[in-house]
Amino acid sequence: MSVAETIKAKLTAELSPISLDVNDESAKHAGHVGARPEGETHFHVEIISQAFRGLSRVERQRLVYKVLSEELSGPVHALSIKATPPAE
Amino acid sequence: MLDQATRDRIQQEVDGNDVVLFMKGTPVFPQCGFSAAVVGVLSHIGVKFKGINVLEDPSVRDGIKDFSSWPTIPQLYVKGEFVGGCDIIREMYEAGELNELLDGKGIQTQVDA
Repeated sequence: MSVAETIKAKLTAELSPISLDVNDESAKHAGHVGARPEGETHFHVEIISQAFRGLSRVERQRLVYKVLSEELSGPVHALSIKATPPAE
Repeated sequence: MLDQATRDRIQQEVDGNDVVLFMKGTPVFPQCGFSAAVVGVLSHIGVKFKGINVLEDPSVRDGIKDFSSWPTIPQLYVKGEFVGGCDIIREMYEAGELNELLDGKGIQTQVDA
């Protein structure tokens, strides 16, 4: 499974998102510190889930970080996140 | 791993400065796009802040992640409180919430006329 697919699978399983986009932006960072030649280091995630309802921005992002902690301490060098509950 | 000496050092910076940004590089020469983005926002709203270059100190670079339970850098602290990383600062700025937060804590900003 690619890193992007793993991210998608874990977020889907843990947070039952209403909508989820995982974009691999590694190409934009080619040659930067942390970039690997095989890519899959820089990701942008946009996720809408009921799980974020009532949480602060920090708590929402911490929740996503927690689900992806293995990836963050492994191949993923940078992860930007837009996490919102539905209709906000 | 966050040893006591590093924790004390981070705590001292966070307590001793109203606005502190743990970042890669310096405010004048950021070495990461996410750090640069936060420096850009803070400069734009005209708030004075202290930049701490984590690349100069591996113990702070790792320690700050445990300190705040936040796995990425940059990290912004205002009056001793963790506010967030790049995504959150950007979102708060766009929503006008960052100015509100700073005003609410009595920190001077210089909004462009």
